[in-house]
Amino acid sequence: MTWLDVPDPFDERADAMPVKLVVCGGYGAGKTTFVGAISEIVPITTEAPLTELSIEIDTGAVATKVATTVALDFGRISLDSGLVLYLFGTPGQARFRFAWDDVTRGAIGAVILVDSRRVQDAFPSVDFCEARGIPFVVAVNRFAGSLQHDLVEVREALVLDDEIPVLGVDARSRADAKGTLIALVLHALHNTD
Amino acid sequence: MSPRDLEPAADDEGPALVRPYALVRGRTRTSRTDATPVESIVVTTHLGSSASVPLERGTILRMCETPHSLAEVSALMHLPVGVVRVLVADLEGEGYVHINLPAARHADGSVDRVLLERVLAGLEAL
Repeated sequence: MTWLDVPDPFDERADAMPVKLVVCGGYGAGKTTFVGAISEIVPITTEAPLTELSIEIDTGAVATKVATTVALDFGRISLDSGLVLYLFGTPGQARFRFAWDDVTRGAIGAVILVDSRRVQDAFPSVDFCEARGIPFVVAVNRFAGSLQHDLVEVREALVLDDEIPVLGVDARSRADAKGTLIALVLHALHNTD
Repeated sequence: MSPRDLEPAADDEGPALVRPYALVRGRTRTSRTDATPVESIVVTTHLGSSASVPLERGTILRMCETPHSLAEVSALMHLPVGVVRVLVADLEGEGYVHINLPAARHADGSVDRVLLERVLAGLEAL
């Protein structure tokens, strides 16, 4: 926990309005790296929204309510005119899907990060965003210098509509992260036409 | 107040002595009809600044002299979001904090175009 030691560019505007984007994708797709590339704070982890979850105990017919928390990464970007953009990484594993609704509620869009070697890991994220009507772009993380034709293959594998942007990115690159967020907001704007 | 004051004890390796949900007497719901979004920004009011409030609630008031999101308060205090939500809703009810919520959606669920354009301009200026 050292990020508090650096000068905080978030000024003391009491009227700051929060805006939220979410970063989805499978486990290990580079979500935290992506958030860290553009966040003004080192991505920090909190315990995710408490959700009361009914689970079936497999040894019997009794449904039990359990309190569940899950680690949640996020970063922050102070924009001009009092907007503060928060980037929340959604927990990648399918067993944490119960947390997605709480984290994504109110998000203006989503970046779905894809590891081109494991495209199928992004299926649940695409399904989720499509079902909730959350505008999204797909960012293919170039782990091993993957080639341009991967983007076409990813688009086909994910069965994306033509207007959904698919970008190749290096999740460590601030410029790539910035470009991805701009593409996302442009896409969301296009959806409001 | 220096940021250091907000740091959890560095040598705190063991389990918390008080279970987090005991702080809110087991409550997970607040007076708000909808759960406060995790990105909502908490700001201490003048009343809150001058109030003498102990323990975690006081820590939140001191921390939010500089606005912080619910998620940040949760992370800095090592408390689950669900607990901070209840504490902050109580403080709001007492007039000690103000909560800046995200912009409301249009009736059809779409995001305001002007807001998106402000976000776009802000990102391009980074």
